[in-house]
Parts: sequence; structure tokens; C-alpha cells
Amino acid sequence: MPDAMPNSSHAVPPRVEPQTFEPRIVAFFCNWCTYLAADLAGTSRMKYSPNVRVVRVMCSGRVDPQFVLDAFAHGADGVLIGGCHPGDCHYQEGNYKALRRYRLLKRMLRQMGIEEDRIRLEWISASEAERFRWVMNDMVEHVRVLGPLRLQPDEEVFAEEEVAV
Amino acid sequence: MAEKPKVAFYWCASCGGCDETVVDLAEAVLDVVAAVDIVFWPVAMDFKRKDVEAMPDDAILATFVNGAIRTTEQEEMAHLLRRKSKLLLAFGSCSHLGGIPGLANLFDRESILQAVYCESPSTVNEEGVLPSVRHNDNGHSVELPGFYETVRTLGQVVDVDFYIPGCPPTARILRTALQTLLGGELPPKGTVLAPDYALCEECPRKDSKPVNLSISQFKRPQEVLIDEEKCLLTQGLLCMGPATRGGCEAPCVQGNMPCTGCCGPTSRVRDQGGKILSSLASLLESKEEGEIDQALATIPDPAGSFYRYGLPSSLLRRRKLPDSNLEPPKVR
Repeated sequence: MPDAMPNSSHAVPPRVEPQTFEPRIVAFFCNWCTYLAADLAGTSRMKYSPNVRVVRVMCSGRVDPQFVLDAFAHGADGVLIGGCHPGDCHYQEGNYKALRRYRLLKRMLRQMGIEEDRIRLEWISASEAERFRWVMNDMVEHVRVLGPLRLQPDEEVFAEEEVAV
Repeated sequence: MAEKPKVAFYWCASCGGCDETVVDLAEAVLDVVAAVDIVFWPVAMDFKRKDVEAMPDDAILATFVNGAIRTTEQEEMAHLLRRKSKLLLAFGSCSHLGGIPGLANLFDRESILQAVYCESPSTVNEEGVLPSVRHNDNGHSVELPGFYETVRTLGQVVDVDFYIPGCPPTARILRTALQTLLGGELPPKGTVLAPDYALCEECPRKDSKPVNLSISQFKRPQEVLIDEEKCLLTQGLLCMGPATRGGCEAPCVQGNMPCTGCCGPTSRVRDQGGKILSSLASLLESKEEGEIDQALATIPDPAGSFYRYGLPSSLLRRRKLPDSNLEPPKVR
């Protein structure tokens, strides 16, 4: 279980019994900060949850909401976006764009029945390997508590429906 | 005299507005009637399903289906018409993208039936009777089509050759589409028969859109006196133009109302709602979370606004069902 990080709005979820469900998290990391933090965590031999599939993007502002929707539609249980701290964007404004989109997307996803904890935006600078490790573990634990996303429908469900008619 | 090509029209989950568009062709409809034989059109002509069933396969040159697929009967008709037609066209937003009926995908079947048959203020149904597929009464039995949990587009049910967008398609879009179909060389299968650029390209207010547009809050049309010349986005109105396919010549904007997105996305966008969300949110001025939330609160219903015509064709397709709904039975 990850240790509580000070100044975090995310409460640490209660411990769950070990089970077979392993969350699949898709992460979009900014090339200039969070991706480097991941690199630093790696070279520092830090251990953290292996559930995160990382996609490197040039800026958190490059993360089109379609990427997030596509990840959920293709089986992700959670999506994490990592960008530079406010004021630190390599392209000056990209992370603010990411923040605005994220706030609206989160609301829209709630309307679509997708729990808030399944999507997360974190500012992690290139030197914050420890914070990176904590965020990875914390995200995985939150999603583990929520369980698999099980988005529907798919073609199989409709095939079943036809049989039922 | 050579036999005229056969054409059919059918409706599924729709309002009838698309059939109205055919009539809106005005004098041109006479040219259409002169060029083709209409062999099936429930809203206007007295042909029955058995007449279609009696035709040989591929007997119809082109069938225009409007409406989304919600019931078992609509699905059967979609399959039947697919078999009997050389070309099947999704006609209008509902069959193209899911349309207004597609907003039902924000709910599940049980809550829809409850709302319509039990809870609506004008309904008296003390016994809570809900429609069922089969009903027996004194030895007589009646059947109704099954009602699916999820609304689908025509293309999600059968193979579709071409799409004609719009709610309803404008007479010009239909006329151009008909010319394309009758003109010999057909475009690649799956083409949306309308121009492939965003509505802003042909918007009469295009020139008043500033290069650096920023918005402090959104306003609904009834909350503001709308300037008839200026770009609607600069006035803070939620205009879907940037993420919507053009070709309609912006009748809504010309009527001083923002675009609501009925023509769907262009070919380079997969998810219209995701794209307009991206575009609108990035136009906000604020950089501080609380202020951003305050500004965004002026969009009261993001999913309903961004997917007004396209929820079933979006990446998520519907609101996530409670896990308990994922088990059978699926059809009432």
C-alpha cells in the first residue's frame, strides 16, 4: 500500500485483499517532465506498480480527449496524464490547456458512468522520481478498488440479445 | 423502354423529418420520380413488408434508410433491405450517427420504460404495466418488437454503402448526393456524401472569428442578445461548428442560432464530442482550477451538448451500464 503523500486531494483507499484483477492503466506522459521522472525512477531502481502502459507525448497539451476516450473504449481501466507543473510548460501554455480539457472531460466521463478516479492529471517534474513512484502506486490502488471498467456494449452482447429474442 | 432503377425509403427510430427532406426537393422531386421507380416508402406509399420480401435479392438500386436501430423490428428491416438493395444509404443523423434517439444511450432500458410508462406526469398506469414482447389475453396473443438496451446506428447493424448527413439533410445535400449516385462513377464505399471540411469554413460569420479567440464563460442562446454578424463563439455561445462537417451552408447560424453538430465529424475526427470538448476547453481564459471549473459550469450538460446527434457512434457509444445489467435478459 502506498504511503500517504502530503497535500494530496486523493484520500488513500482502504486496503483490499489481493485478488486476480490487475488494473490496466494507460498513461500519457509529457516528454519534458513526467517521462523524465519515470526515467529517473527507473535509473534509481525504484519499485512501483507495473500496471501502467506509458505513451510519451511532446506535451500534456498534446493529449487529445479522443486519446483518453479511445483508451477507455479499448479496455483501459484508468487513464493517467502527466505534465509539467503550472508555469513550467516547455511550450508555455500546453499544461493549462491540458488542465482545462481534463476538468471538462472528467465531468463528461461522469455522465458516461465512468468513475472520477479512473482519470487523473498529475504535475510531475523531471526531478520528482519519488512523487512519480507514489502517483503510480496510488493510481493503481484507486483503480483496483473500483474494479474492472467493463464498458459495454460490444458485438457479442448484441449477438446474445438476438438469441434472447 | 428500359426499366427505371428502383429506389426505396424506410424509417426506423426517427421523427419523419428526413422524409420531409425528400418532399423539400420541391420541383426537383419530379425529376427524381421521372428517373426512378419508388417501390417502398411507408410514410407516403402503400407498399408492405411482404412486397419487399417478394422481390429478388439486389432488386432495388438504392435504399435510403433514416432512423437509428432501437427495436428488433428495425433490425430485421435493416437486414431485409440490405439483402434486397445494391446500395444501402444511411440517410440523416439518426442512421448516420444515432441522432437524437441516440441520447437514450445515456440511460438504460429499464429506466426509460419506467420514465415513459410509469413516471411521466400525464401517465396513469397504477398497475405499472410495461410493454412486453408477447401478451396473451383470452386465448388471443399479440406480439410487439423487442426494445434494445442500446441504440445503434445503421452502420453498426448492417453494411452501409454511403452516408448522407444532417438533421435533416438539407435539400442541397440530398440533391448533390442523388447526382453523385445517378452520375455513374461512385465514390469509395463508406463515404459521407457531403464536403469534408468543418462548418466554420463556409460559415457566413467566418471573417469575424479572431485568430486568438478566448472565452471567459459560455452563454445559452436565451441568456444573451445575439449579435447577428459576429462569430457565435466569440459571443460565448456553444457553437459546434469547429468540430462539425460542413455542406449544410449553416442555416442555423444564418438563423442566429449556434450549430448543434448534426452533420457529425469530418473524416479526420473519430469522436466529435471529444474534439469539440478539446477545442472549447482550450479556448478558456483561466489558468486556475477553481476559475476553470466555474467557467465550465456554464456548460450544464457536456455529454448531451457534445454528442447531441452522435452518442451511439462515439468511442464510448453509451453510458456505462451497471454491471448487473450486463447479464441477460437483454430484450424486453
